[in-house]
Amino acid sequence: MEFFNELTQTILNGVAIGCIYGMVALGFVLIYKSTEVINFAQGELLMLGAFISYSLITQLHLSYWTALVVTILAMGIVGAILERVVLRSLVGEPTYAIVIVTIGISYFIRSIVSMIPGWGTDTYGFRTPFTDKFLRWGDVVISYEYLSIVVLALVLIAAVFVFFGYSRMGTAMRATSQNQLAAVYMGISVTRVFSLTWTIAAALGGIGGILLAPITFVHMNMGFIGLKAVPAAVLGGFTSPPGAIVGGLIIGITESLAGVYLEEGWKDIAAWIILIAVLIIRPQGLFGIQEKKKV
Amino acid sequence: MRFLMKTDYYQDIRLFKYRSTFFWYLALVLGCVLLPKIIDEYMLSQLTFICIYAVAGVGLMLLTGFTGQISMGHAAFLAIGSYTSAVLTAKGVPFLLALPASGVTAALVGIVIGRPILHLTGLYLAIATMGAAFIIEEILVRWESVTNGNMGMMVDTPTIFGFGFDTEIRFFYLSLVVLILVLLLAKNILRSPTGRAFIAIRDSEIAAEAMGINLASFKTQSFAISAFFTGIAGSLYAHKIFFINPESYTIMQSIELLAIVIIGGLGSLHGAVYGSIFFIFLPQLIIISKDYLPSFVQDQTGLQPALFGLLIILVMLFEPMGIYGRWLKTKFYFEWFPLYKKDSFKREKKYQKAERH
Repeated sequence: MEFFNELTQTILNGVAIGCIYGMVALGFVLIYKSTEVINFAQGELLMLGAFISYSLITQLHLSYWTALVVTILAMGIVGAILERVVLRSLVGEPTYAIVIVTIGISYFIRSIVSMIPGWGTDTYGFRTPFTDKFLRWGDVVISYEYLSIVVLALVLIAAVFVFFGYSRMGTAMRATSQNQLAAVYMGISVTRVFSLTWTIAAALGGIGGILLAPITFVHMNMGFIGLKAVPAAVLGGFTSPPGAIVGGLIIGITESLAGVYLEEGWKDIAAWIILIAVLIIRPQGLFGIQEKKKV
Repeated sequence: MRFLMKTDYYQDIRLFKYRSTFFWYLALVLGCVLLPKIIDEYMLSQLTFICIYAVAGVGLMLLTGFTGQISMGHAAFLAIGSYTSAVLTAKGVPFLLALPASGVTAALVGIVIGRPILHLTGLYLAIATMGAAFIIEEILVRWESVTNGNMGMMVDTPTIFGFGFDTEIRFFYLSLVVLILVLLLAKNILRSPTGRAFIAIRDSEIAAEAMGINLASFKTQSFAISAFFTGIAGSLYAHKIFFINPESYTIMQSIELLAIVIIGGLGSLHGAVYGSIFFIFLPQLIIISKDYLPSFVQDQTGLQPALFGLLIILVMLFEPMGIYGRWLKTKFYFEWFPLYKKDSFKREKKYQKAERH
């Protein structure tokens, strides 16, 4: 019974972390689908979102929910600005150039955050409506913070799914990701699609940040969690939004289990072992579609 | 403008295109040899780092610039080279053997890693190499009996036949000689059928395969050669900084190596050298320029990485072909003086078409 409780507890913690991975991976997937670029600054966008919400809550004394909405809007604007100023002029350049630019952006954001007064290189935390509240279920304890992550992640995924499947803009985005030229011929504004993609991806990063903040605290290097989302996205197929979440969950649960039941060190590389195994056995991931290159 | 009448196919793959090129390179080497006379120890130490990074850059350039395979895990090979050399010299193996041994170990690991993942293309390969690098880093941390884990290990001064490379000048000459040898080796590999096969794979995998090039074999060879050079650089790096621990070889270093070759200019060995000069001198420039900035900006520790990130973005925005690309354009401008047009090097804007639905 003890073993069973511990197992449930571990898996539940893994699910919460997995949802964060999934959300960051969702940002990767959105950008990859529309521009074929992996945005290595996604983790830094998450970090920026966490810092913004921290400032809103502790310095401006806004309520958690207002802060959430403001953070999402602010991050959306950041994403749009990034796209307009930096990435739009790189459309049509080789992928590696754009990837290096996103790495440059991640350096830049990280060091700018460290220079802003009141943010800097220290570690911060803030109170949320979920702090210190627990749901008990037998011997298994789930904190509301973890629960909030899972619930919000599910809501977001549903929203993204509906947006892509049923809205006009979502359809335009899917069309653009398949064939840009044909999309232009059909009257879709590809620049607007790109701009919106970056906006949504940055906003998702911001939400990830505000949700993760109570668990890992707000600090300059929390963006490195974004790297762990890469295996999640690959596992899910890199082009499938539901795949990103499933991938995130698998990585999160595996990591959590490895942390409890395996020796020290396995936890850090579990995600990467899965990644390499997936790439060797099934490179298209769980939900991806095998791409065939035509001559 | 110079017109070269070709009478022989071998003229296309000569080591030096024109006879004058050879003399210019000779002058450059002589200049480098005389350089320690006029600069101070600190700058000399930076020049040594340029040589070391250039060796690693040449390795990555062969893979990324000439075979078209992106690796985001080359710091792992740097680490393997460093540790091999450190462990071997600590056991009493002469440096002259430890140096190639570190390259060979890195190449062997490269084959083991490369073989299963090299069927991947583009960013997927980059991600796979990144994952492999994380795993290797963790192995170095946990294999404490050999690597001493996170405590790190001290590295001896390299000695060849009793001659110790214990001063800045001596180590600079050692790195310079290794760099020149590596450049010559790389240039000769690229002239050989193997190297031409690499370039064919970069330009079109399908066309290369149709010409009878065994993709898996040549990609693995490219990966192994690349790892070999990077391992050599790792050995020099370890002996230069005296103390190594796994934290010196993180994903950041892999990314920096990749940035070196991309900023230097993919597809040229010059690019690897330019890129490493850019990378080593950029922090120096930032430190110098700090004196001219307002004091509240000066004191920021984040200033250097911020400018660094910003410069990477700017270089890519304005010169996606890198420093070597800019050099080519400048040269072209003067060679064809009145004929250079703004669009001479403009690339066709490509719309993306993914084969997925």
